Parts: sequence; structure tokens; C-alpha cells
Amino acid sequence: MNVGLFIPCYVDQFYPQVGIASLELLRKLGCKVHYPAGQSCCGQPLANSGFEKKAIPVYEHFVETFAPYDYIVAPSGSCTYHVRKHYDILPKTREVEHVREKSLDMAEFLVDVMKLDKIESHFPHKVGLHQSCHGLRGLRLASGSERVQNSFSKIRAVLDLVDEIEFVELDRKDECCGFGGTFAVNEEAISVKMGKDRIQDHKSKGAEVIVAGDMSCLMHLEGIMRRKKENIPVRHFVEILNGTQL
Amino acid sequence: MSKHPQKAADFIANEARTDWHDQSLWVVREKRDKLAKGVAEWEELRELASQIKDHTLSHLDSYLEEFEKNALTNGAKVHWAKDAEAHNQIVLDILQRHQVRSLVKSKSMLTEECSLNPFLEKQGIEVIDTDLGERIIQMKNEPPSHIVMPAIHLKKEEIGELFHEKLQTEKGATDPKYLTEAARQHLRSHFLQADAALSGVNFAIAETGGVTICTNEGNADMGIHLAPLQIHCMGLEKVIPRQKDLGVFTRLLARSATGQPITIYTSHHLKPKPGGEMHIVIVDNGRSEQLGREDFRNSLKCIRCGACMNTCPIYRRSGGHSYDYTVPGPIGSILTPGKDLKKYSDLPFASSLCGSCSDVCPVKIDIHQQLYKWRQIIAEEGYLPKSKTKGMHMAAKILSNPTSYQRATKWMRRILRFLPRPLLYLNTNVWGKQRELPEVPTKTFKDWYKENRDES
Repeated sequence: MNVGLFIPCYVDQFYPQVGIASLELLRKLGCKVHYPAGQSCCGQPLANSGFEKKAIPVYEHFVETFAPYDYIVAPSGSCTYHVRKHYDILPKTREVEHVREKSLDMAEFLVDVMKLDKIESHFPHKVGLHQSCHGLRGLRLASGSERVQNSFSKIRAVLDLVDEIEFVELDRKDECCGFGGTFAVNEEAISVKMGKDRIQDHKSKGAEVIVAGDMSCLMHLEGIMRRKKENIPVRHFVEILNGTQL
Repeated sequence: MSKHPQKAADFIANEARTDWHDQSLWVVREKRDKLAKGVAEWEELRELASQIKDHTLSHLDSYLEEFEKNALTNGAKVHWAKDAEAHNQIVLDILQRHQVRSLVKSKSMLTEECSLNPFLEKQGIEVIDTDLGERIIQMKNEPPSHIVMPAIHLKKEEIGELFHEKLQTEKGATDPKYLTEAARQHLRSHFLQADAALSGVNFAIAETGGVTICTNEGNADMGIHLAPLQIHCMGLEKVIPRQKDLGVFTRLLARSATGQPITIYTSHHLKPKPGGEMHIVIVDNGRSEQLGREDFRNSLKCIRCGACMNTCPIYRRSGGHSYDYTVPGPIGSILTPGKDLKKYSDLPFASSLCGSCSDVCPVKIDIHQQLYKWRQIIAEEGYLPKSKTKGMHMAAKILSNPTSYQRATKWMRRILRFLPRPLLYLNTNVWGKQRELPEVPTKTFKDWYKENRDES
């Protein structure tokens, strides 16, 4: 099984430790992982701004880069969702269909493909789990609070394998953090207010760290906290699975 | 700054009030969750409702004609209005024919959409909205801020103040029971004097020609039962095929809207009362056009429960008035661009695309997907600022080419690392107004990979 590791542009630039943790974790689990150096971005920022047609060359570049792999795995529910859902405007060639079908978020890959049932990791902290929206409602990584169904969460399922980890119960377990890509600047006032409200929920429940499957949400929440000098550390869940400590 | 972001910023400037507004609506969302979870087959019910609506919309012409035929047979009079103007004129003609001087109205966002009240008032007809929330905003001369709870933006102290001024209640009174009682007494006299009653329609049943109205206050029934002349105004998407389909929707509607198992009153009006007249006005006002738009057609499935507003993290923190349209929130943001693309070009962007609206919707409208699709049209039609368009063109070039991506990100990293803070946090840095930019590590993942793990 040949895995192509997709590290979203902003993770590459600002959160290399998340890329490193993803790579190390997958290798530890015995996957043959390669990071194709020509990759850039999935094109979501353009498309969500209304320019999906302009993003077509970006999409084509992505498909070309990742078509040779059996799976395309990324530590991002949002970018994965974009490829799976919105690359539908490309001609449905074999390569395009393959890349769309086989693009998986880390949580999906670990649960659905690797059937992960144990992990060597120890994290004796109270975790506030932030369910990023595109992973939650786009990829259905967890049961959303709106829907009537049995409760599950793939991220929670893999984190539950970690020794001594604890979770806090939030008042609003899956409300949006307000990042939303260009929304964060288009609607700055609401975006920040949503972020502050999420942080307050985690803080009031005694979370020692906020964990999510998308660094974009965490970049936004961290940015607000650092400005207010009230830092709760943020981590991607793969960092915890890979043994990172606070 | 365009309109919604500015109005939202103004709303949020009062943070305590924003928190109050957000929490008031969140409570309704939680009630809805509790009631929905009490119905084991909730998701199947949503699917069924969605399919009934899809089916109806794809045969709308024949169901409307069937409805008309049966309504006429029942003795009702049916009118067709192409737009708001035609609707208002039809209502006025009916009222003038009966020399109506006083009209009681209830439960109609459609007449808000058509601006019926000011039109009739200009003709010397007194119009009294009889739903409590509607009456409050009518007294305040404000538009509704929510389709189910039109005065949700007002605190009870403000309503007490308003009633003191308009209904001579005690100054400083805030007890909801006392204030509601005052409104009841005030409305009672209007019910008794009214020459005609007008209501909206929740469901029009093709098979029977009857209309169904779901309310909690009983005001629609009181108006309709007392006045000799009754008028029901409905958007043409309100029709459903059979009587037995109704149960699917009534089970979903109140649970989704207010977290009640069913509205207190579910009234079925089939024919005029002895000696009375019953009119039904079927309104298009842009709906046929929306039906013709493949990507946006299913927005017409909406049963106006308002659940998408209650769940929307943006609506809860910006208030209904920030949308500048009768139907605010996520559903409003996919209906308005079809009405005036330029005027409402800001609304599809008033969303983080979190998707909660689509999952809460009882008829499964893919609201957030439609927001995304409207964004594409707005950009293509050139309604976004030039600077943004240029920036996006450049980004597309950079992101589709590995060499230029490398070069551009190298420069960006240098700027972020070495530019002095005052220059980095100029006013033009909107991200940085209330947030820190991410810290820039010395190496990217790509650099690290090259040095450590490149096994190719």
C-alpha cells in the first residue's frame, strides 16, 4: 500500500510538526509513505471565495501529483473534504475519480483502513476536543449534534487508545470556531466572536489543551488566545497519537 | 466593508447583548434537539419530507391546478399573483369590494415579503398584526428579525417600555404574563371590530383544496372565525399532494421550529363560513424563476421553521436585521441572491460554511452547498471587489506551480519573520486586528522532509 502524504499549504508553512507527526505515525504503523515534493494546495481558499473555476489548474496539479498513490492521506478534514466534494467540476477521468475516492483524512485512514486498535502513547491531560466542521459534517468523522443517530467520533475513537487521556464535556460540542477560511477576514467581527466563545467553553470546563483535526481552526483559536495572553495550548490529534507531550 | 460584515460588527459591539441573543436562540436549538431525538425515525422522516417536496416541486404546475380546482369546488375563490405588486392589488381589491376598514392579520411572512401593510395603510385601511411578536414589531415600526420569533431581538424590558408607551401598561413592567395579558386585551377589541381576517398558509393540500395554518396563539383562528371575510395568502411552493402527507410535515415543523411536539393549533380551512367569503391568493414573486435554477431549486422545499437561523452561529451573533431581508439567516442567504444578486451579494459570504443549517433542516435543503454555489456566481458576475479578484488570480497561478509556490512562500515567511511588528499589524491586516498571526518556524515541513526523510 502506497500512501501519498498531503500536507496542506498552511500546515507546511506554519505547523511542520503536524506534518512530521503524521509521517512518523504512518510509518510506525507500517505504511509506505511518500511526500511528493511538488504539492502545494487543494485550492479551497480560491473556491470558497467564489473562484472555483480559477482553481481548476490548482486542482489539476493536485490530481497529477497524487494520482500515483493508493491512498492520499492528509491531517486535515477540511482539505480532504474539498478534494472529495468539490473536485466534481473536473472531467471525471480515472485519475480524478481515483484521487477523489482515495483522499482520506488521518482519522478516517486510521479507523477505516488501518483499523487501529492500539497505540503506544501516553497523554495524561484533560483534552477539549474541537470537532472541525468540514470533517464533522462533510466527511462525517463524527455524529453531529443535529442528527438523530448513534453517537460516534473517529477522532475520539483513536484518541481513546491513548493512555491516561481525559476529555472535558463541552456545552456546545460541535459549534463552529469561526475560522471558515476567508470568512475569518470577510466577517472579522463575527469570526473572532465565535472563536472567543469556543475558547470560553473549553476554558470553563478546565481543558488543558484544545485538540482538533484541522490546524486551521486551531490557528484561529490560538491567534485569539495569544493576543489575549491566555494561552491554552493547541494540538493536532496526530501529534498526541505520535507521542508529543505538552 | 460591505453590508452584512458592518452590521454584524455593529451588533457585536454590544457583546453582552450579543451573548444574550446567541444564548436565547441556542436554547431553542437545544429544545429542538431534545424533541427530534424523541422521534426514533427522525432521519427517515426528514428524508420522506424532502422527497415529498422534491416530487411536488417537479410537478408543481399540476398540483397547483388540482389545488385550485378543489378549492373552487369547495366554494373558495382563488387568485394568482405574479409578483408582490399584483398580490397587494388583489388583496386591496377584495377588501375594497367589501368596504373593509379594519383588517386583522396573522402568521404571514409572505405579506412582509410583499410589504402589504404599508400598501394597505396608504389606502386608508387599518392593518393589525395579531401574533404577539408581529404586533410588537409593528408597534415599533421595525421589520421582523426572525421568521418564527419576529421580536426575538427585543428584551422584555424593551417590550415593557413599548407597551407602557402604546398600551399604557405600568412603567417598568417586565413580567411576560402581565405584558401578554395587556396585548390580549388590546388585540381583543381589534378582533371584534375587524371586517376581514388575513392569514398566511403553512400547507395547501392539492387533494382537498384546503389550507392548513399552524399557530400557537390562536389568533389566526379568532380572526378568521369572527370576520365574515377571510383571505389566505400563500407562496406557490406551499402546496403538498395529499392530506396524508400533512402528518409528515406537522411532525417535523414544530419540533424543528420551537421544540414543541406540535403547534398548539393546527387549523384546517376548507370552505367559507355560511354567508362568508374565503379567498386564496397564490403568489409567485420570483419563485418560478428559482424553480428554474437547477442548483437552487430545492430551496423552495423550505417550510419556514427557522431551525437554520437558530442553529446558525453567524445569525445568532449578528441578529436578523443584519441580513436586510424578511427571511434572514442561512435560508434567506440562498433565497435573496435570486431576487437581487447585486444587492445581496454579501449574504452567501456571511457563512463559515459549517453546514449545521443543512443538517438541522427538516426537509434536507443543502443550504451550505447552495451558499457555496451562489459565491461562484457572484464572483463570475463581477460583484466582488477588484482587488480580491486580482489577488485570487495571482493565488491560482502561484498554487498551481510548485516553483512559484516555493518562491512565494519563502517571501511570505521572510515578511512574517522579519517585518517589525507595527508594520506587520497595520490596519490593512484584518486578521491581526484581534488575533496574532501564526508564529513562523525556521523550517517548513517540506524543508524538514528534504533533510530527513526523502526516500525517493
